[in-house]
Amino acid sequence: PLKRGFCRFQVSAALKEGHVTATELCQRCLALIKSTKFLNAYITVAEETALKQAEESEKRYKRGKPLGVLDGIPIAVKDNFNTAGIETTCASNMLKGYISPYNATVVQKLLDQGAVLLGKTNLDEFAMGSGSTDGVFGPVRNPWSYSRQYKEKCDPKSHSEDEDSNWVITGGSSGGSAAAVSSYTCFAALGSDTGGSTRNPAAHCGVVGLKPSYGLISRHGLIPLVNSMDVPGILTRCVDDAAAVLGSLAGHDPKDSTTIQDSFKPFELPDLPDVSKLLIGIPKEYHAPGLSSEILALWSKAADLFKNAGAKVIEVSLPHTCYSIVCYHVLCTAEVASNMARFDGLEYGHRSDLKKSTESMYAATRREGFNDVVRGRILSGNYFLLKQNYEKYFIKAQKVRRLIANDFLKVFGSGVDVLLTPTTLSDALPYKEFIKEDNRTRSAQDDILTQAANMAGLPAVNVPAALSERGLPVGLQFIGRSFQEKQLLTVAKWFEKQVKFPMIQLEEVNRNNHDVFQHQKSASFS
Amino acid sequence: QVVTVEVLDHLEQLALVDFRDAEGVERLKKAIQFADQLHEVNTEGVEPMDSVLEDRCLYLREDDVTEGNCTSELLKNAREKVEEYFVAPPGNIPLPKLEERETFLKGS
Repeated sequence: PLKRGFCRFQVSAALKEGHVTATELCQRCLALIKSTKFLNAYITVAEETALKQAEESEKRYKRGKPLGVLDGIPIAVKDNFNTAGIETTCASNMLKGYISPYNATVVQKLLDQGAVLLGKTNLDEFAMGSGSTDGVFGPVRNPWSYSRQYKEKCDPKSHSEDEDSNWVITGGSSGGSAAAVSSYTCFAALGSDTGGSTRNPAAHCGVVGLKPSYGLISRHGLIPLVNSMDVPGILTRCVDDAAAVLGSLAGHDPKDSTTIQDSFKPFELPDLPDVSKLLIGIPKEYHAPGLSSEILALWSKAADLFKNAGAKVIEVSLPHTCYSIVCYHVLCTAEVASNMARFDGLEYGHRSDLKKSTESMYAATRREGFNDVVRGRILSGNYFLLKQNYEKYFIKAQKVRRLIANDFLKVFGSGVDVLLTPTTLSDALPYKEFIKEDNRTRSAQDDILTQAANMAGLPAVNVPAALSERGLPVGLQFIGRSFQEKQLLTVAKWFEKQVKFPMIQLEEVNRNNHDVFQHQKSASFS
Repeated sequence: QVVTVEVLDHLEQLALVDFRDAEGVERLKKAIQFADQLHEVNTEGVEPMDSVLEDRCLYLREDDVTEGNCTSELLKNAREKVEEYFVAPPGNIPLPKLEERETFLKGS
């Protein structure tokens, strides 16, 4: 049965055996996207091109010549990746109407493998934020807000209010991608991760969120935020799928000279991973202020699981963890100040009508095109880069960055194979709560457990672990050694098998689409 | 008072982005306050880190033309163009001074 919990491997088998065609699969996903429109996960749905791609895939399967495991698999891409012929907005007025003239390398690779690109997903404007609430197309809603699991736990008093107002955020900034995967509208999605933007929404939406090592996957075509930390992120419903997508994306790209030149060998994870010979590190500083007691307990339980399986579990220290957010704040705004300078209205994107002078046109264009968060970061970044501040702030932050990276080197150097930490401080907040604090405050709070891995360029993955008391997903994070994704994902897969995270029980909300949903539920492939 | 009107004016000109209102200025002040925590860290003898891949050489490709001839593609996204040119308003005209600009800072 194509039980919706199944991973893409099973779907691939189904496609090969002809139980389902690529076109049917695509149509079902498109229908589901329509019926879950209220989630606001997608900015653009590329229906026509997706169906064409599905058609091509179907022809290949009929000839018995699929391109690989990804052939015919519907995927979604965060709207900060360039996609040829499809609008790429970064959820900003600055790029509304911008049709990319090229595909980002990762997009091209997926298409070359036969994947079906369903559309572009919603995010915080220019990937700045931790809620996916600050884009011009509005906030993304966490599919779990509409799950039976969450509704059962809702305060009965609140039913008298508009049920619709209790929805929770997806986390961010790759919230649209996480919601798309979590709600079964696609089998895998691309996100980006600069401070936790793939892992954070993965945790809140109950999906696997992989941040690969910096330099492993090409950033060519990913509209940059922080060049020295950005990585494309992978969101899937299970660890095996993440490994498969990684396999098709990783490797040197001549168009991105920051990708390493070592040859990359795609891998399959063992069916029965063995963790008994591993040394798992528990960094004590990740017991951060504000960490919910639920997550703390879950973290401890996870450590026990490893111990009982024969792994050695020890406490370690990453002493500069508490400075990673401040360090990030300076380095990020500085790089943003530089990266956002390209948006001047001249060659692409929004352009102001002002014609008096180039500079005043640029200023007006940027005034009109960027939201407060983006403008705030540009101004802060420029401040830290002023001659009188450069040494004090920018260089200082770069030194602190080295200390943070060295912390990890020391720990991994002492024999630790993988670190086990929480991903977020709590389960997803209701939107009403989340917006009470501003973007920078929220980002500072929410990135605290994920940011350091970006500082050090290390691979890290969120694995859904359990449901909270409120019926919402909570995940745990594994951080691995540089370029040791195989070991990292092996551990993640073992953990995934242990916890057996429950499937989301999405209630149909649109009676008109009742049939579509029922069809999905009853489609069977073993 | 480290954040003077002169500094704010200078930033607006450098960034070509305006503070918009008191909240914008407040945001910057809070950002600076937040960043000041960095000075608690002892970085004596520590080298700044540009990239986590500092021990590797960046890939340099051969200086051969491998793609191009996409003028019309690239011009598609520009609003103002003439033949194969992007059209810009007159350059070398500095931004108006603070007193003459449309900026919130004028009131300060």
